[in-house]
Parts: sequence; C-alpha cells; structure tokens
Amino acid sequence: MQWLAREWKHVKKNRELLLLSLPGFIYKFIFYYLPLVGLVIAFQNYNYTKGLFGSKWVGLHNFKFFFTSDLAWRVTRNTIFYNVAFIVLTTVFALVMALLLNELSKRWFKVHQTVMFLPYFLSWVVVGYIATGFFDYQHGALNTVLASFGVDPTNWYQKASYWPTIMIVVQLWKAVGFQALIYYAGIIAIDPSYYEAARIDGATKWQMIRKITLPLLTPLVVILLIMAVGSIFRADFGLFYYVPNDSSFLYPVTDVIDTYVVRSLRTIGDVSMSTAVGFYQSVVGLVLVLVTNYIIKKINEENALW
Amino acid sequence: MKQTLNSGRAIVNLIFCVFSIAMIIPFLLVISISLSDEQSLIEHGYKWFPEKFSTLGYQVMLHSSHAIVHAYGITILITVVGSLAGLLLTAMTAYTISRKDFRYRKPMTFYVFFTMLFQGGIVPVYILMTRYLHLRNSIWALILPLLISPFYVMIMKGFLGKIPGEIIESVKVDGASEWRIFFQIILPLSKPALVTVGLMLAFGYWNDWFNGLLFIDDPNKVPLQLLLYRNMNAIEFLKTTAIAQQLNIDVSKLPSLSSRMAMTILAAGPMMIVFPFFQRYFVGGLTVGAIKE
Repeated sequence: MQWLAREWKHVKKNRELLLLSLPGFIYKFIFYYLPLVGLVIAFQNYNYTKGLFGSKWVGLHNFKFFFTSDLAWRVTRNTIFYNVAFIVLTTVFALVMALLLNELSKRWFKVHQTVMFLPYFLSWVVVGYIATGFFDYQHGALNTVLASFGVDPTNWYQKASYWPTIMIVVQLWKAVGFQALIYYAGIIAIDPSYYEAARIDGATKWQMIRKITLPLLTPLVVILLIMAVGSIFRADFGLFYYVPNDSSFLYPVTDVIDTYVVRSLRTIGDVSMSTAVGFYQSVVGLVLVLVTNYIIKKINEENALW
Repeated sequence: MKQTLNSGRAIVNLIFCVFSIAMIIPFLLVISISLSDEQSLIEHGYKWFPEKFSTLGYQVMLHSSHAIVHAYGITILITVVGSLAGLLLTAMTAYTISRKDFRYRKPMTFYVFFTMLFQGGIVPVYILMTRYLHLRNSIWALILPLLISPFYVMIMKGFLGKIPGEIIESVKVDGASEWRIFFQIILPLSKPALVTVGLMLAFGYWNDWFNGLLFIDDPNKVPLQLLLYRNMNAIEFLKTTAIAQQLNIDVSKLPSLSSRMAMTILAAGPMMIVFPFFQRYFVGGLTVGAIKE
C-alpha cells in the first residue's frame, strides 16, 4: 500500500508529462496493442458473424495449412532473398552516396539532394505505371530502344528470369536516396573538431573516412540494420504487387509472403490462414531482432540497440 | 595536394551527375509519354522526347473530372488533417520519452518501440476497424491507421533528445507548466524535425492507397492513388462519349496511353512541387536516435 501511495505521488508529480503522452499511449493501445488480441484468429476457424470469441478453435491447423502448401517455401524464399539483397545493397550504396555527398560542393548539393529524394516520395501505384512505361510489350521504352538496334521485342512481363534484377534496381532507385540522406545527417552531426585534429596530424581524406566517419556512423548503421532485419519476413506489398503488374508468369520470382496473403484473402477469403501467416512473420521478425541485437551486444556493447 | 583534391571533387561531381540523371530518367519518360500524341505512341512506342506534342491526355483527364476532382479533395483533406494531427501527436509522444527526468520514460519508450517490432498484421487491424470501430467507408479509416508511426516517433525523439536539458530546467524554475514548455519552447526549437516528420507524414497520406483498398467502397471517398490504381485495370472509364464530345474528337481517338501517364503525373505531381521548398530543413531533422540512453 505504501508503495502504491509513493507511486501515486510520482504520478502526480509527472502528471503534466503523462498527460502529454496520453494521446499517443491511447492511440498505440487501440491501433497496435488491441489487434494483437486478434492474433487468436490464427488458431481459430474464423467466422465473421460469430466473431473473435465465438469462432471454433482449431489449434495449429492454419499454420499447417500454410506450411504444407507448396507455395510456402517459394514465397518465404523470395521474401528473404529480396530483403537480404535490399538490405545489403541499399546500405552499401547509401553509405557510399552519403560519404560522397559530404565531399560535394554546397552549390551542387541541393540539386542532387532533391533529385535523389524524388523517387522515395512516389507511391507504388505511380512506380507501377512508370514501370509499364519501360516494360510494356507493345509500346514500352525498352522494346522501342531494342527495336532501334534491330532486336526483337521481349515480353518482359512474362520473362521471369529478368525480374530479380528489375525488382532490385527499382527498390534501389526508390530507397537509396532517402537512406543516403539519413546517413548524411549522421555524418554532418559528427563533431568537426575530430576532423580538424586529424587534418593537423596530416591525415588523408581516406584515413579520416576510415578512422573517424565510419566508426562514428556505425551505431546509426546498426540501428537501421537491426530494424531491417526485423522486417526481413515482411515484403513491401506495393513493390511486389504493382511493379510486376501482378503478372502470374512472374510469380515464381516475384511472389512474396505479403502478396500471397493478400491474394489468398481476396480469392479464397481465408481470414484465419492469413492471420496465421501474419503471426508467423511477426514472431520470426521479433526473434531475428532479438538475436541480432544479442549478437551485436556480444561484439560491441556500444552499438546494440538496447 | 591541392591539385588532387580538386580533381577528386570533380570526380565526385561527375559521379553525382551520372547518378542524378539515372534517377530522373524514369520521370522524363513518363512526362514525355503524357505529352505525346496518341497516334505517334501507338506507331513508334514510348520515347524520351515527344515525337508529336499533344496535351490531349491531360485534357481528357481534366474532363473526366468528377472522379478526379473528388479524389483530389479527399486526398488533400486526409493529407492536411492527418499530417497536422499526426505531427502534433508524434511530437507529444516523442517529447515525453526524450525527457530524461520523466519517471515513466523507459516503459513508455518500450511501449512505443515494441510496436515497431511486433504487429498483429493486416487481418486483425481490418477486423478491428470494420467490425468494432465501424469505420468502413469512413474518412477516418484513411486517417487513423497512419497517424502515429513508431519510426517517426524515434526520429523525433532523436532530435528532441539533443535539446539541452538546462533550457527546460531554467524555464521550469521560472514556473512554466509542461504544456507551455512544450508549445512555446520545444516546438519552435524543433522546426527541422517537425518539417521532416510532417513532410514524411504528408507524403505517406498523399501516397496511400492501401487503406483505401481495404476500407473504402464508396466512390465518393476514393483517394487519388486508389483511383489511379483502379484506372490501371480499367482505363475504359475514359471511353465515354461525353468526354469525346466535350473535346470534339472521335471516341476511338481518345488517348488512353498518354492520358494514363497524364493521370500518373497528376497523382504524383503536387507533392513533387511542394517538396523542394521544405528540403533545406530535411537533413537537420533526419536524426535517428538510439532506443537506449
């Protein structure tokens, strides 16, 4: 009781800050924590009229249904393949870009910054349209260019072998600029006196990058990496739905967990299985984040996320 | 030494020029298609420069207006309301967990951060929104799901965490309430972060089609990107005699290829124009802070 009374005093003392955080708290509760209750659907045969508490329990049946389908492996493999490729390539390209941005004269910086950033602010629907501008069989710019060299047109939306490359290029085009700017923001936040000291000691640009910029940037890189690893089982639905134009010829290489879920929701309306797959994505993601953070903590306590 | 530095800088500039051109090539293609004559597109395919210039694509889109004007209205409404409300709530949440003397900072940080790591997925949210909150076909269904993103809270917190505690201490001694500190001291100091997060929220709302897809059937509440998505599969809506008559052309001559790209430009354009005005704040506001202290 005494503990409670003491805590109450603290609450009263912090009441203004608590009130400030209350709207956010309530919002998170309704839109993030309440849906977690809905995860029980994964273990039910959900019936919309009976609702959450009246539907029949079926144990792990929905998970079994997904994992024994021959598509489970394919969509999981694609999801992981693309996300790993995206994480590695975006990080490397963005880091290089950020380091180079730092060397750019101020006059040009603005121009390049704007241009780099533009694709990030397009919706996937728009990007899908842009993609048709390139890949359309009849009119697409790629076939037009090929034709001018006397090469026969290719039906891009039916040739699966090209799409891993296309998807990666599109994702990089859209994401690198933004991430490069996050890293660049990290670079200019570094205390300039480090560089001054290094310059007095006669360090070269390359030495400064290796010994000052990169080490001081590592925590930021690690934060973004851990976050990305946590969503390695989550694909960007918009990218994988609009850019390949939902062409079934390309499913072997572009179908990912998220497009699969939405499709099975739409075609068979399997609510329970979709929830089960979402649950599976979240659990694996959480475990991966915890493991990654644990490993990073073992290597270097400083860089861990918590 | 000086020589190598200059040539180094020249190379960097060159790399960026190549890179920037590669980034805008897709934009140029779409703009070119949208301004091309339909017949030349059909005969010669898409090119980076219009062979025969024509604005008919845009005219058609503007004349098929009802749907587009309506969609613009909806999108502008949710963008303005959503970004402003979202920005305020994000800042409030981020501010409290950035205050090192706030007793409940740690549990609150965890509470917010955890939502980044573990989510219920689409189906539970869908059921919550439609069955329990009854938001199907409501404009709120387009606003609420994007209101506070944990990632933006973390960006905001990264920025606010760097405001020296002494500033807050000194006004507190003067007897200012937390609300006054927040609105009169903290918010004006965090302009770069507010602009950055506000702009990202605005782009999120402007570009959202997913919530529309899930929750909106009412044709009067379709946002712009969803309209664009629907047109992807059904450009036929253009083939109406009314528009052809208005434009004084044959129905069969309605330009579906160029108008499709014109619509793309119309859907993406306004934000592309708005963005450069704010970008000087961007880098300063993009500090992603650590979760731990």
